[in-house]
Amino acid sequence: MKNFFKFFLFFKIFLLFSFNLIAAEQSNKLLDPVWSFKGFFGKFDRAQLQRGYQVYTEVCAACHSMKYLSYRNLSQPGGPEFSEQQAKIIASQFEVTDGPNNDGEMFTRPARLSDKFVGPYPNDQAATAANGGAYPPDMSVLVKARQGGADYIYSVLMGYEDPPSDITLDDGVYYNKYMPGNKIKMSKPLMEGAVDYADGTVTSEEQMAKDVVAFLAWAAEPHLEARHKIGFRAMIYLFIITILVYFSMKKLWSRIESKV
Amino acid sequence: MSDHDYTPKSKFGKWFNDRLPLLTLSNHLAEYPTPKNLNYWWTFGGILTFCLIAQIITGLILAMHYIASADLAFGSVEHIMRDVNYGWLIRYVHANGASMFFLAVYIHIFRSLYYGSYKSPREIIWIIGMIIYFLMMATAFMGYVLPWGQMSFWGATVITNLFSAIPLVGESITNWLWGGYAVDNPTLIRFYSLHYLFPFLIFGLVILHIWALHVPGNNNPIGIDIKKPSKDTVPFHPYIVVKDLFALLIFLIVFAFFVFYSPNILGHADNYIEANPLVTPAHIVPEWYLLPFYAILRSIPDKLFGVIAMFAAIFVLVILPWLDTSKVRSAIFRPLYKQFYWFLVADVLILGYVGAMPAEGLYLLVARVATAYYFLHFLVILPLLGAKEKTLDIPLSLTEPVLGGSLNESMAKNKKEI
Repeated sequence: MKNFFKFFLFFKIFLLFSFNLIAAEQSNKLLDPVWSFKGFFGKFDRAQLQRGYQVYTEVCAACHSMKYLSYRNLSQPGGPEFSEQQAKIIASQFEVTDGPNNDGEMFTRPARLSDKFVGPYPNDQAATAANGGAYPPDMSVLVKARQGGADYIYSVLMGYEDPPSDITLDDGVYYNKYMPGNKIKMSKPLMEGAVDYADGTVTSEEQMAKDVVAFLAWAAEPHLEARHKIGFRAMIYLFIITILVYFSMKKLWSRIESKV
Repeated sequence: MSDHDYTPKSKFGKWFNDRLPLLTLSNHLAEYPTPKNLNYWWTFGGILTFCLIAQIITGLILAMHYIASADLAFGSVEHIMRDVNYGWLIRYVHANGASMFFLAVYIHIFRSLYYGSYKSPREIIWIIGMIIYFLMMATAFMGYVLPWGQMSFWGATVITNLFSAIPLVGESITNWLWGGYAVDNPTLIRFYSLHYLFPFLIFGLVILHIWALHVPGNNNPIGIDIKKPSKDTVPFHPYIVVKDLFALLIFLIVFAFFVFYSPNILGHADNYIEANPLVTPAHIVPEWYLLPFYAILRSIPDKLFGVIAMFAAIFVLVILPWLDTSKVRSAIFRPLYKQFYWFLVADVLILGYVGAMPAEGLYLLVARVATAYYFLHFLVILPLLGAKEKTLDIPLSLTEPVLGGSLNESMAKNKKEI
């Protein structure tokens, strides 16, 4: 058993080492609000995701696409869980190009549940050109594509400040405390009361930032709830079977004059 | 051969087994005499076999949904994550499985270094193991390219560019590897093809590795030759099987923790940004398990010699059985070697750390010192140690030190540690 502990200690040292490696890369300490989806039992807050979708679609979607999500995802379990009817209505507000039809013509029609989110620009070049040469990144996996994840996106949203006196900014460039290099080409996106929440939640900057980041976290990891749930069961199962195997091993090895 | 040996009962079974004794192979495997004093460091062979099979099965399923095309690869991975039933689970097991595989293989290799398992008569096992390790690195590297994220693309660019350091033909070789003049669609497709092939080569080599092991049998913590079968051995089944299973389950708990609760912590965030040849990431870093070699590569100012040093760092391991001249296997009886062993462990961890940092200033200096020490350990310290070191007395069998009673004090102390 002593050997076994040694072996476990080695594991721990190794893991700590790799975690420190990652932590060491971060500089300006990020804001870290409480996220409902963190931790072993982390779940998304449905109402928050629905509000977050509203912020995304009314504010972010003016520039940012979300090309890997479909409208049907909005009604799937583990997400904002709009009713299928609501998701259909949301989809129908967007126009997609389809075709060619039997006459060989392309045509537009309202989007269906099976369609991907309609983006604001026809292609990346158009998006870049319309935004002063800075491509507004696709938001489908944005939370996973940034060191610091949800905390980082939230911090950037809340990190707009007047630049220190020694920094001069070009036109269309803004100062952000948490952006690497402190310069960002996106103007401050969230102003108090930018959206109107149907459930009456206050539309403070902080609240909207939290909601939209939660929505983005779901978009990047739509099966997070299933993962946590299955993970917990898998862990319980593994612990039980490990204990059983441990005692079987002890029993078997008791026939031998040697320790395990 | 014991009396509960399996023999085929059916007529067909007998006919088949006379021609190919596959059915009675299980008898050999079950009876295989194993030293009874093996500690938990010896359970990683079984864990590694599990890792390989898990990678092959999850990989097979991923290959059914993945599209090897520069335009579609990134999207197809997102398709797996979002729309394929339990695709997220399969992919996270595969991606974290690579890290767990390397974690296990490093423990396995360092166990071998500590207990001198590479020494005569086990040199071939060791060399096959090193070939497996090399193929693993190649496979993992190519696998990391497949999602076609930013780190995939730029990692592939950096590593394939190494070949351009070869004098005269470097440029041609690099273009030949790429299938063009830059890392692009043809590169992705051939990496996919090879990433699919290599695990089966590894699988074949693993069979040879085990076959070669079953000729002399396992080394053990004392590092002495033991009579097999004898009082010092136990049959592989059920004793070692159950112990390996217990260790595997502990390993799986760690594995499951990563898969279910931190599936992306071992990867780089930039790899969730689709590859863009026009935007270079701030720091290009390989996966953690390749970092020590990356540090060695970057610590040499000249590109060609950097590449040579990196490959030499692996090659030096291949010839290790002849560099370590000591006849005593286990570090338990080699007080000096034991210290140098831990220096080496620290050295490799330091190399891994500086490999993740930008190659400048203090980091670069540390990388150079650590690289020099790495080679010093294998090329100078080990050959000298064999001649100079005063080793402790070695027991004649596993049971003898207890039963014989004719021991000096230091031996008795060491025995307790085992």
